[in-house]
Amino acid sequence: MNFDFSDEQKQMRDEARKFLSEQCPPKAVRTVLDGKAAYDKDLWKGLAEMGFLGVAIPEQFGGAGAGHLELCVIAEEMGRALAPVPFSSTVYLAAEALMLAGSDAQKQKWLPKIASGEAIGTLALFEGKGNPSPKAIKLTASSGALNGTKKPVPDGAIADFAVVAARTGSIGRDADISLFLVDLKANGVEVKDLTNIDPTRGQAELTFTNAKAEPLGATGEGWGIITQVLDRAAVLLAFEQVGGADRALEMGRDYALDRIAFGRPIGSFQAVKHILADMYVSATLARSNCYYGAWALSTNAAELPEAAAAARISATQAFQHCAKNNIQVHGGMGFTWEFDCHMYYRRANATALGLGSLSYWEDALIDRMRKKNAA
Amino acid sequence: MNFDDTPQEAAFRAEAKAWIAANAPKQYEEELRKSSLGRTQLKDANILEVAKAWQKKKADAGWACLHWPKDYGGRGASPIERVIWQQEEGAFGKLSAMFIIGHGMCGPTMMAFAREEHKRHYLPPLASGEKIWCQLFSEPAGGSDVAGLRTRAEKKGDEWIINGQKIWTSGAHYSDYGILLTRTDPTVPKHKGLTMFFLDMKSPGVEVRPIKQASGQSDFNEVYFTDVKIPDHQRLGEVNDGWNVSLTTLMNERMSIGAGVATGFPELFDFCNNLMLEDGPAIEDRSVRSRLAHYAVKASGLKYTSMRAISALSKGERPGPENSIGKLVAGSMIQEVAMYALDLQGAAGVLSGPEDAELAGKFQAMLLRAPGTRVEGGTDEIMRNIIAERVLGLPGDIRVDKDVPFNQIPTKGRV
Repeated sequence: MNFDFSDEQKQMRDEARKFLSEQCPPKAVRTVLDGKAAYDKDLWKGLAEMGFLGVAIPEQFGGAGAGHLELCVIAEEMGRALAPVPFSSTVYLAAEALMLAGSDAQKQKWLPKIASGEAIGTLALFEGKGNPSPKAIKLTASSGALNGTKKPVPDGAIADFAVVAARTGSIGRDADISLFLVDLKANGVEVKDLTNIDPTRGQAELTFTNAKAEPLGATGEGWGIITQVLDRAAVLLAFEQVGGADRALEMGRDYALDRIAFGRPIGSFQAVKHILADMYVSATLARSNCYYGAWALSTNAAELPEAAAAARISATQAFQHCAKNNIQVHGGMGFTWEFDCHMYYRRANATALGLGSLSYWEDALIDRMRKKNAA
Repeated sequence: MNFDDTPQEAAFRAEAKAWIAANAPKQYEEELRKSSLGRTQLKDANILEVAKAWQKKKADAGWACLHWPKDYGGRGASPIERVIWQQEEGAFGKLSAMFIIGHGMCGPTMMAFAREEHKRHYLPPLASGEKIWCQLFSEPAGGSDVAGLRTRAEKKGDEWIINGQKIWTSGAHYSDYGILLTRTDPTVPKHKGLTMFFLDMKSPGVEVRPIKQASGQSDFNEVYFTDVKIPDHQRLGEVNDGWNVSLTTLMNERMSIGAGVATGFPELFDFCNNLMLEDGPAIEDRSVRSRLAHYAVKASGLKYTSMRAISALSKGERPGPENSIGKLVAGSMIQEVAMYALDLQGAAGVLSGPEDAELAGKFQAMLLRAPGTRVEGGTDEIMRNIIAERVLGLPGDIRVDKDVPFNQIPTKGRV
């Protein structure tokens, strides 16, 4: 048994960590946090040059053709560094949707541009409050034109294209949903940047008025594709969350070692130690669930839906737990803008919602376990 | 990344599987599979006798204490082979419960510190289950703070005279031998005046009294020593070096990789999958699903954490510190799971009789036994200290009694 990443994959993780520690220090994250840039363009270019954007894209479409285990280790580092770039929307959502359902021509058009950093993509799924559901999709598609509004759309304000979920049938069953590819720079698309709790990753509202769109995948198969894309993205985003959780734990640990109060390092007080021990526990459980998700994703195993939900829940819990308690260990300083703790707290709580909330994935996990049990 | 055995591992697994299929006491398999925390008896047989017979059979065929050297009754197997054996032994592994302390703690301590003739004499019957061992460390005045123990050992000629009391000794009532930590010098700081021995539990002056636990059962004992004589050649390690000897023992407590810790989750999932509430099946209720998912990811997280450790063993590496979380997570989880299972039963959850209670009172028994799991073998708080200090590298607590002679340490809180 080898339930671990290979030496080559670990080496890639080390390279990614080194690259990000040089190119994406907290100062770079703050440039986007403070609204001085929509995203870090230099970093995005650098990631493309390192081959990280196309690591799981096949060589014939301009990628490195490595695979999803490699993408998992990079995702962990992106989360650790809070990279302020549209990585998750472009790579986990748009590229995965294209690879799953795109025609050869569609793949040929967009995937090389993703790998080279020339195109930013996203998935436009949500229409206001609520979790992923075919019933919630009201945006319509007819005769290749879309009408309706999507929000929040991750990185929607900087994206070049979007995969849009639209209603092509009448009553909101799974079979009434289809996917479309839309060039967001074309006529009929109105983009509005939205304020959100984590400004290092943008959210937008996209309004489509007779916007030209081409089908992605067959009509009526949209919901099935979305479900698969969300499962795959759940594993990848879970690695980002674990990376962030680990970093928050380290920050808390380091502060507890350095900070003296009552004449001793605060890390020698059991009340503080036990907070940090519990952070370690949650991060470790999440990491192990993520490894199983990575295995299922990389082998396209029948266990992927269950594994993805478990990884998503566990990693969401761990990142939120570690990020909030990192602030607690830091005390008052943790609640200042100057300290980096809040950036992890913001990211933890934003990523907890992006693919559907915790309760959505809890429900999905039990559904999937039940089906397996019945089989 | 894969879950496949290497060719050698696969061959070993096939051999183990075949031997177990041909030799295990299959008539008890179903009952053992269904047993859970707080309920590990067999209906129509004495579990101690069944366990001893299975252990002896394994030993005769070379399947006992796999990682021990052959000379001492083991197989000389690799750590990963031991894990594979545990996986294949499955529910029959529950029969090893009464040997765990002997095999996991006493045996390794004997191997590290006993004289060669003692090892050859005592270890093979320990491996084969013919002799059962217990560990006599905890005392009324020294639980988490085990170095605070007060049982005295005084040298007289070639013998030591033991007086004092131990507590929470698992299985002392059926044990043949024990390893015993004593105080040999109370005038030096507490860690520096301890000495370890092994002794025959039938020695004159040893009295075992079962403790009636809060759960109503009696798995543990108090053991009283009144002028018990132990020959000096049964000393383990140097005089006053018992603390270091005990660290070897406790280090070996981290042996449960692959054996899997009980979380109660599989039982709870099955229960919810079959339970009807007023509004329909429990498993279709949103709040039930949310709680189940919360426990599911803890259980799977523990499972895959242990897989990661097994992978390290498989590659010949030492597992990392991740496995230290198992007991901490599972101990409190099984308690919560039991409470929740009762909650789902409403007012009838209070009933615990085999005739009236759901699943013959499985969750009620679990609930009543669960507080002990959060205390035995290191409390939740001690486990958190271990993670914080040994894994995260945080400083140890400030110990006010560290440099004080033992006999000057205060013994009462409020006076």
